[in-house]
Amino acid sequence: MSKVLMKGNEAIAEAAIQAGCRYFFGYPITPQNEIPAYMAKRLPQAGGTFLQAESEVAAINMVYGAAGAGARVMTSSSSPGISLKQEGISYIAGAELPCLIVNIVRGGPGLGGIQPAQSDYFQSVKGGGHGDYHLVVLAPSTIQEMVDLVQEGFDIADQYRNPVMILGDGMLGQMMEPVEFEERKSRRLPPKDWATTGWKGDRPRAVINSLFINPQVLENHVNKIYRKYQEIKANETMAECCNCEDAEIIVSAYGTTARIVKSAMEMAARKGIKVGLIRPITLWPFPTETFQEWAQRDHVKAFLTVEMSMGQMVEDVTLSIGGKKPSHFYGRTGGMVPNPADILAEIEKVRGGNA
Amino acid sequence: MAKVFERPKSLIDIPMHYCPGCTHGIVHRLVAEAMDELNIREKTIGVAPVGCAVFAYDYFNCDMQEAAHGRAPAVAAGIKRVHPDNVVFTYQGDGDLASIGAAEIVHAANRGEKITTVFINNAIYGMTGGQMAPTTLLDQVTATSPYGRKPETEGYPIRVSEMLATLEGAAYIERVSVHDIKHIVRAKKAIRKAFEYQLEGRGFTLVEVLSTCPTNWGMTPAESLKWLQDNMIPYYPLGVKKEAK
Amino acid sequence: MTEQIIIAGFGGQGVMSMGQLLAYAGMLEGKNVSWLPSYGPEMRGGTANCNVIITDDMVASPIVTQASVVIALNKPSLDKFESAVVPGGMLFVNSSLIDRKSVREDIDVFYIPANEIADQLGNPRIANTVVLGAYLAKAEGSISPSSVIEALKKVLGPGKQDLIPLNEEALKRGAEQAAIVLESAH
Repeated sequence: MSKVLMKGNEAIAEAAIQAGCRYFFGYPITPQNEIPAYMAKRLPQAGGTFLQAESEVAAINMVYGAAGAGARVMTSSSSPGISLKQEGISYIAGAELPCLIVNIVRGGPGLGGIQPAQSDYFQSVKGGGHGDYHLVVLAPSTIQEMVDLVQEGFDIADQYRNPVMILGDGMLGQMMEPVEFEERKSRRLPPKDWATTGWKGDRPRAVINSLFINPQVLENHVNKIYRKYQEIKANETMAECCNCEDAEIIVSAYGTTARIVKSAMEMAARKGIKVGLIRPITLWPFPTETFQEWAQRDHVKAFLTVEMSMGQMVEDVTLSIGGKKPSHFYGRTGGMVPNPADILAEIEKVRGGNA
Repeated sequence: MAKVFERPKSLIDIPMHYCPGCTHGIVHRLVAEAMDELNIREKTIGVAPVGCAVFAYDYFNCDMQEAAHGRAPAVAAGIKRVHPDNVVFTYQGDGDLASIGAAEIVHAANRGEKITTVFINNAIYGMTGGQMAPTTLLDQVTATSPYGRKPETEGYPIRVSEMLATLEGAAYIERVSVHDIKHIVRAKKAIRKAFEYQLEGRGFTLVEVLSTCPTNWGMTPAESLKWLQDNMIPYYPLGVKKEAK
Repeated sequence: MTEQIIIAGFGGQGVMSMGQLLAYAGMLEGKNVSWLPSYGPEMRGGTANCNVIITDDMVASPIVTQASVVIALNKPSLDKFESAVVPGGMLFVNSSLIDRKSVREDIDVFYIPANEIADQLGNPRIANTVVLGAYLAKAEGSISPSSVIEALKKVLGPGKQDLIPLNEEALKRGAEQAAIVLESAH
């Protein structure tokens, strides 16, 4: 198939439809409104259902119901709306339901702003809702990658019976780039024989549930989920490493920010500064081993994490490199986007401090 | 010897956790009987609430989903949109439906979701230990209205059925009671009719069942039934509130 | 080749669609492209802008801070983005709506009376295309006008192909104007 020029938000929606998603439940919020609008138009044509819920709370619970009924289903929102969905997300994780949740992040806290941000990292990878659980969190940095990860995300969700989040930001959602929707091979996925479809006695009665009133039973349930997480860590962790082989400074950034870092790296290269980039593609599971490997190299003098937040992913970077190398941070927040020149200045500062 | 009375097939044969004298057991049975009579058990998917009926998924002998507090209508909408030919019902108490889930029930009704809601109104929170519900009567004493519910501070009891009956999407809404045999028979008819309306694809259906909570009302089961009759029915008049032609 | 373009003007002047058209044309020529809009309340009645990158390399940051080209369709846009043009870059000014001259002396500035030309063509909404034509004439092969027309055909869809001749004419008039102003400047 040839390339088409598409807005990030619309590309997410089209990718989902092409991945077989036929149910979308959402509520309006900027800057992700093109996703529900696209779904409202296209899903009926594809034999699916779009429903604008009365709230984000209702939307995520509709996702719960549809996922429990065996459907490939998704929702999308932006930061304040994702906060509202956290209750449902916890239940979905607890009941082990597969679904895709898109967060096109905007500045916070509170109502915050509507410009791009990455300040929902903690919420996305460290829990967000209550209880022991994780989402698989995928962080695309181009629209093509967003398309690929939406499709991959549905498969990961189905394979492990776990909610998957696409963590984008307002910039990725709003910008246009050429994308290609390739005929893709789906994974070999387990049958959804646990779904509520009406019980005719040909399988065990399906009960979708996250309530385990006996603490030992609940602990067993959580342990089972965590064994699944070990599998996900082993099989699904993804990161891009760029120019790390001879880097003195390794910058770490994800999503949009990683692209801006790449511009800063070009500027650094012109000045003869050797800068590498580790771009986590899965934020959970975090590519800890990748950081550990590079932290052991002698030529790497320091790490610099750049985020559109006050410093969230940097905690995981610091934990991963385990004190082997200094860990620095540079960030802008509230919808302010770091520019390549500022990042270069930080790189030079870090380099000076470690020279 | 011919059996003249047996457990409905739509009810699982295990002991229920409900308190002695609680009417949940009766209503469970009525729902199950209606499912049996309409022969819809194999295509029914139920949604359990948070509240005393939280374990309903252990009792109804069909596929079930357990919802977050108040969200059963949203969960049911999700299920029904995926399986429009199945029968989907929610079973919810007054705290779940009329307080924390007020938005979900209003909008499910307004969209005319083709689901059936069995709404247990016993004017109190049971599971959490007898707190004030949106349907608690004026002057009724609860753990969180120890001086009796006062309209100046706690507002008035919500008449859910009358409120939802104003919505175009609601196809059938009736309030019934289970305080005596005559009314139990009537309640069963209403639940069955709600399922029939759903099968006919007419829209949202709800049966509000006035129920008792002897434990948290601090009464014997017999006193509770009389209290329901004397206090609840005058404020919550029985009957059909909406019936789409 | 890397072109970093900022297009700015009032909402409704066709700023966004003009940028999309350029990006689309760049894609048709096999280049890597990105289009990044400003979004939010400022778009309603205020100044809207978009960043377009067209390059043979990969697009790293989609944000244009150092523009090789700025197209300003109204005065607030000129005030805001005049300084973003890199030395040696190009600035296109819609002189129909902007009554001042650029203060920059280290860049090429083209004054295009886009609204007047659009009015002459009988469609005031075509002013953005006139300026686009001026830019394409000066872009020295980064994007060809025929790719833009090709892109326009796809964007407009089968129902609106009758608008193509008008757009072709607008591009041509813009290009002529760019040639005139450059001659007079030299």
